[in-house]
Amino acid sequence: MLRSIKPGIVILVAALLLAIPLVVNAGETLDSVKARGYLIVGVNGGLFGFGMPDEKGVWRGLDVDTGRAVAAGIFADPDKVKFVTLTTQTRFTALQSKEVDVLCRNATRTLTRETELGLNFVAVNYYDGQGFLIPKKLGVKSAKELDGASVCVLPGTTTEQNVADFFRTNKLTMKPVVIEQNTELNQAFFSGRCDCLTSDASQLAGIRAVAPNPDDYMILPDIISKEPLAPAVRHGDDQWRDIVDFCVLAMIAAEDLGISSKNVDEMLKNESPDVKRFLGVTPGNGKALGLDEKWAYNIIKKVGNYGEVFERNVGEETKLKLKRGLNAQWKDGGLMYAPPFK
Amino acid sequence: MEPAIISIPATEEIKPPITGIGVIGWVRKNLFTGKFNTLLTLLILFAIVKTVPPIIRWAFVDSLWSSQSQACKEAAGACWSVVTNNIRFILFGFYPYDQQWRPIAAIALLVGFIIYSHNRRRWNTKLLIAWPLGLAAMGIIMYGGIFSLPEVETEKWSGISLTLLLAIFGLSAAYPLGVLLALGRRSRLPAIKALSVVYIELIRGVPLISMLFMASVMLPLFLPEGITINKILRAQVAIILFTAAYIAEVVRGGLQAIPRGQYEAAEALGLSYYQKMRLIVLPQALKTVIPPTVSILISAFKDTSLVVIIGLFDLLKTTHVTLSNPDWMGFSNEAYLFTSLIYFVGCFFMSNFSRRLETQLKT
Repeated sequence: MLRSIKPGIVILVAALLLAIPLVVNAGETLDSVKARGYLIVGVNGGLFGFGMPDEKGVWRGLDVDTGRAVAAGIFADPDKVKFVTLTTQTRFTALQSKEVDVLCRNATRTLTRETELGLNFVAVNYYDGQGFLIPKKLGVKSAKELDGASVCVLPGTTTEQNVADFFRTNKLTMKPVVIEQNTELNQAFFSGRCDCLTSDASQLAGIRAVAPNPDDYMILPDIISKEPLAPAVRHGDDQWRDIVDFCVLAMIAAEDLGISSKNVDEMLKNESPDVKRFLGVTPGNGKALGLDEKWAYNIIKKVGNYGEVFERNVGEETKLKLKRGLNAQWKDGGLMYAPPFK
Repeated sequence: MEPAIISIPATEEIKPPITGIGVIGWVRKNLFTGKFNTLLTLLILFAIVKTVPPIIRWAFVDSLWSSQSQACKEAAGACWSVVTNNIRFILFGFYPYDQQWRPIAAIALLVGFIIYSHNRRRWNTKLLIAWPLGLAAMGIIMYGGIFSLPEVETEKWSGISLTLLLAIFGLSAAYPLGVLLALGRRSRLPAIKALSVVYIELIRGVPLISMLFMASVMLPLFLPEGITINKILRAQVAIILFTAAYIAEVVRGGLQAIPRGQYEAAEALGLSYYQKMRLIVLPQALKTVIPPTVSILISAFKDTSLVVIIGLFDLLKTTHVTLSNPDWMGFSNEAYLFTSLIYFVGCFFMSNFSRRLETQLKT
């Protein structure tokens, strides 16, 4: 029953979104956030490593820390932020109806979301892509050998569509096994109800880690889709968009410049003009954004640079054990590339 | 003449055959009469022997109660550690960690109130006044802001506190509203009657999930700029409106079951509409419909778990989030068994209470 009514609701909501003229004045969002005294960020709530409360009810994750960074940039305090849990269905409406100021909920940037849904995605905070997890005994080395396979997949996201597209493009057949919840999906896969499981690559490592015997499973090297996950804001307030954009970029730039939460105080004395401008020793950036000159210093000091945030939430030391890969700095062969802060 | 002493030999008590009395007799009489019954008994016995010992082994003998997740993965039995290690998050969610004695205190107060009110002889005006005061006290304990208790916004109320909040306020507000709607539907005033009919049919025509979606997704779009209604309140109102429509129809059934004579007698006594309903009709009607009302209340209590789909952290959602942690992924049986035990206690209490009420009221 649940599944049959969902598409109807999504269409209805989308129609409503299109019908509502969005009147937002530049600068309005920052003013209302400041007047309120805290930032409201929409997050996933159940995605380990990206947005999930720990056993003490404290929010943890890459998306959560991105939200904290924006709060630190505005208020010099990463805790002046409230997290609101949003489902796949409610996430974009919550942003439109101003229930949240920023959406950091592992949302893929796409053309229609940016245009028809009236969202502005900012700098990407995680480059993901869809892959396959298979049992080794299947004896398959590439996704193209998966002809006729039954595929465990979650419904309603871009994942389901991507895998169908991939099989069609390569003239292969597949049997989708659609299961609503992550935990049930994993168990179905481990108990052998399907030949392979498809999901974002960032999830596959974690799923493999919880297998009864992780060594029996492997992740295929093929990545079949591009999933640039980025925070999003509403159309119509360019100043707010710039602030959120550069708060994310500041974490990336800091890693590039060699500034981390541990050495940021020493770096204040650094002679490099780039570092001086970045940390607000040479003023200008803060005024241009409408923030305090210390905004980037506060983000790095209180939240950390991108590398630190990555390692803390999803890196090799965590349960997800993700490598930097596409998310390494451009110098190291990744895609993380911040524009000059001047 | 000496009276002859006649000894009458004690009549020998003939005992029924050993196979006809006691345990053996009972077993023969109840379990092994006829071929069909014998076969059934043996089959069921076989099933019990096959299933019960493994379940007990899994749940109690081989189980782990307080270990880390790694030990759990190697254990053969149940991993109750998933519950014990995360119990505070499952029960209280985002409620600040060092303040969690407050929901415990509020729930203890609530349980105390319920146990005290369980006995019908204690029902009086004082108790009627004490209930709202008690609920207000629970709210103050939870919300804080006075008596040097730090303030905790309702967004942080989660886990069992949220489930109980939605259930108790939902059910206690829906019941009177439902009774009013039932009376409205039987009213002779056309406007009131039409409104009640439209309301009841409209609400009964949509699933609760879509009501929750409307409340959480569409309502904010219609509100004027800058006005946001608390998310929990929106869900709460949706649950109340939904349950009330169902209660209304049950109560209407009760009203129709009251013979016309009762209405006419009340009118003959010169009672006003209000007196007639309060003194004659409703006491009989509501008593008759206790069983269906309770089943609606029970299903409404379980339906509160649907708020997960709008991102509220009720008991089921906190359990679910715990299971998303890679440490505890895969121990869903244990975690969900624990959650269902809590729901069962709540539901069983309600149905048990209604049975007692029925006997006492001699329906």
